[in-house]
Amino acid sequence: MKSMVWFVAIAVTLIVGGCSTKSEDAHESAKAATVSEVGVGPIQRVELGALDVALAKKGAVIFEQKCSACHKLDSRYVGPALQGVTQRRKPEWIMNMILNPAEMLEKDPTAKELLATYLTPMTFQNVSHDQARALLEYFRQVDGAVH
Amino acid sequence: MKWSQLLTIVVAAAIVSVTVQSCKNGGSATAFAGDDAAKAVYVQPGKHDEFYLFTSGGFSGHVGVYGLPSGRLFRVIPVFSVDAERGYGFTEETKPMLQTSYGFIPWDDAHHPELSMTDGKPDGRWLFINANNTPRIARIDLRTFRTAEIIEIPNSGGNHSSPFCTENTEYVVAGTRFSVPPGGQDVPIASYKEHFKGMLSFVRVEPTSGKMELAFQIQAPPFDWDLSHSGKGPSREWSFFSCYNSEQATTLLEVNASQKDKDFILAVNWKKAEEYAKQGKGKRMKATYYTNRYDESTHTATSTVNNEVTVLDPKDCPGMMYLMPCPKSPHGVDIDPTGEYIVGGGKLATVIPVYSFSKMQRAIADNAFEGEIAGIPVIKYEACIAGEVQKPGLGPLHTEFDGKGYAYTSMFISSEIVKWKLGTWEVVDRVPTYYSIGHLCIPGGDSKQPWGKYVIALNKITKDRYLPTGPELTQSAQLYSIEGDKMRLLLDFPTVGEPHYAQACPAELLEKNVVRTFKLDENKHPYAVKAEKETRVERKGNQVHIYMTMIRSHFMPDNIEGIKVGDEVYFHVTNLEQDWDIPHGFAVLGAQNAEMLIMPGETQTLKWVPTRAGVYPFYCTDFCSALHQEMQGYVRVSASSSSVPISYGSGTK
Repeated sequence: MKSMVWFVAIAVTLIVGGCSTKSEDAHESAKAATVSEVGVGPIQRVELGALDVALAKKGAVIFEQKCSACHKLDSRYVGPALQGVTQRRKPEWIMNMILNPAEMLEKDPTAKELLATYLTPMTFQNVSHDQARALLEYFRQVDGAVH
Repeated sequence: MKWSQLLTIVVAAAIVSVTVQSCKNGGSATAFAGDDAAKAVYVQPGKHDEFYLFTSGGFSGHVGVYGLPSGRLFRVIPVFSVDAERGYGFTEETKPMLQTSYGFIPWDDAHHPELSMTDGKPDGRWLFINANNTPRIARIDLRTFRTAEIIEIPNSGGNHSSPFCTENTEYVVAGTRFSVPPGGQDVPIASYKEHFKGMLSFVRVEPTSGKMELAFQIQAPPFDWDLSHSGKGPSREWSFFSCYNSEQATTLLEVNASQKDKDFILAVNWKKAEEYAKQGKGKRMKATYYTNRYDESTHTATSTVNNEVTVLDPKDCPGMMYLMPCPKSPHGVDIDPTGEYIVGGGKLATVIPVYSFSKMQRAIADNAFEGEIAGIPVIKYEACIAGEVQKPGLGPLHTEFDGKGYAYTSMFISSEIVKWKLGTWEVVDRVPTYYSIGHLCIPGGDSKQPWGKYVIALNKITKDRYLPTGPELTQSAQLYSIEGDKMRLLLDFPTVGEPHYAQACPAELLEKNVVRTFKLDENKHPYAVKAEKETRVERKGNQVHIYMTMIRSHFMPDNIEGIKVGDEVYFHVTNLEQDWDIPHGFAVLGAQNAEMLIMPGETQTLKWVPTRAGVYPFYCTDFCSALHQEMQGYVRVSASSSSVPISYGSGTK
């Protein structure tokens, strides 16, 4: 019986030990994400030029099809209102959030905060890289970008 | 008391109770592999099984999908029976799947799952399964794990020797167990020998799409065509059918169909039959039968009615088929991986007869016949037999193979699996099953390439193996290791419905092809809406069509008014999600059919006929997000005389 107590005690120690290692890992990655404002995902850098009106128009159509069930521009819906998003976030962050929402919600501190506020997780809507770029252009246009 | 002490006591108590429990079930000690068994079947949380196992649901009409070695149940695929949980057979889109020439049939008895093959090996594309009661064959698409097609088999009654496929899935077969008068003739039962036929159907499978069509039927004598398998390698152009009731009894078959010492295994040269059909040797016969196909882009099934079938008479088609005498009321007919040996499961026989394909060919060339039945030559038993397994046990039914030179036969009466050696026919091992095994399954065990790691016993009786649940007990299967010389029992696991037969294949064959979502862009459903802006409600006479969307976590529209008593309301609901594992459910108060589970990108329709005025809530049934409880709405139903106009929207304004 006594040896069993020891066994349990050791097992508990091991489990607790395992947990602390894991939380350190999580902390590490959180720290890494904080340094970067581009978020987590395939987009490292976006070159912005003068507003591409044709591209923004494409983006508006995609917004209607893939985003509007959860986002409005001027008011909260399932997710946050998107007016002003290009002023709040880096373009890379916006595209990563569209293209890689699951990992963003796990690792990016801003995205995690948003989930805590809105509770419904942002979902991947089968958006291609080009479509995400068009959406970004549409958001820029909404926010009054000219160049 | 310290918590660690408490924990210790709990652990100790658990161990004691497990020990006591296993002492109670001591009867299985001889076969059970002991402590190693737990390790052999344990799949760590989050890890995947090595094999998929597809069990027929028997009289549930469904197919069960399990993992091996864990025996964990992943999914129940509705095939021949309606499934209120998903709406299969209840939604407007899936109702046509169960249409037949007898009308809408909500249930059947599904027996033999059969994986499609390329070069005699499972290729992981489709799973076929037969309906025994109202004769049909279904094809399940193994990318979606859904029933994609069901074809009805005419001139048939009891589609049991089905749907075993040929080496490259050129055909799946459908031999009738209960012979019937073709064309639905109204004749005295006593005219059996004259009017009844045992139709064998060959259903062609289109190689890329998998679409099935009834190529031809062969009019065989009115015996009970029980089971089948097609050849492979040298025997690839042949299909084999076992039969009982060569006595041609119509009453008390238990006695009257067990009179003769030998019945038959029928060898059909399907390649030759195909040629005869092409040459026009067959008769075109009137026959009404349905083909029901589910279109993945419109998310809708459609039924086609066929009116004719080509029937070949063996009398007009020399060299197309031969009978081989087989003791006694044989059940299974199974071909070894080389395609040379044909094993008969002589259900009431004291031996297992094994035929040689090459000897059979020589016998045909030498005219080594002992007679002829209905234009079919009967080969002399000695001229085609390769050997007999002596004293294998009682009630041999089915045989599968491990690819290492051994065969495994299920013994129903003596409730055991018997392992014997091909070529020497000696029994090398036997292991009890609990209880009364029917079919057995080795992954790929009826193909050219068995993965000879396990054999699964598919049992008919469960008795004392599990906690009792009243008069009706769980159905069950058992997993045995066959890697060593001795078979070792590893695991009992309960199954949904009767696990009549099962097939298994490596998970990697299927996993890579699995569909995760339906692309919204490719949704061609006529009532699909792809953006909330397009949602609407339209009245057409007394029909009201609601074009609705769902996404985490709301419906659009979710407030609807202007429905009247007497209206037929159609909820056409599109799931806008494009993420894996985010189905939404739809249920509305008073619906007399079912709920719908709608996969990402899919559109499904529920018909709803409210019978009294009131306000009816509807809601999402499949927990989808933290705000799932909020995923709800209202439909107002007014009296038939009311003038409330159609209006709809969401509560945001």
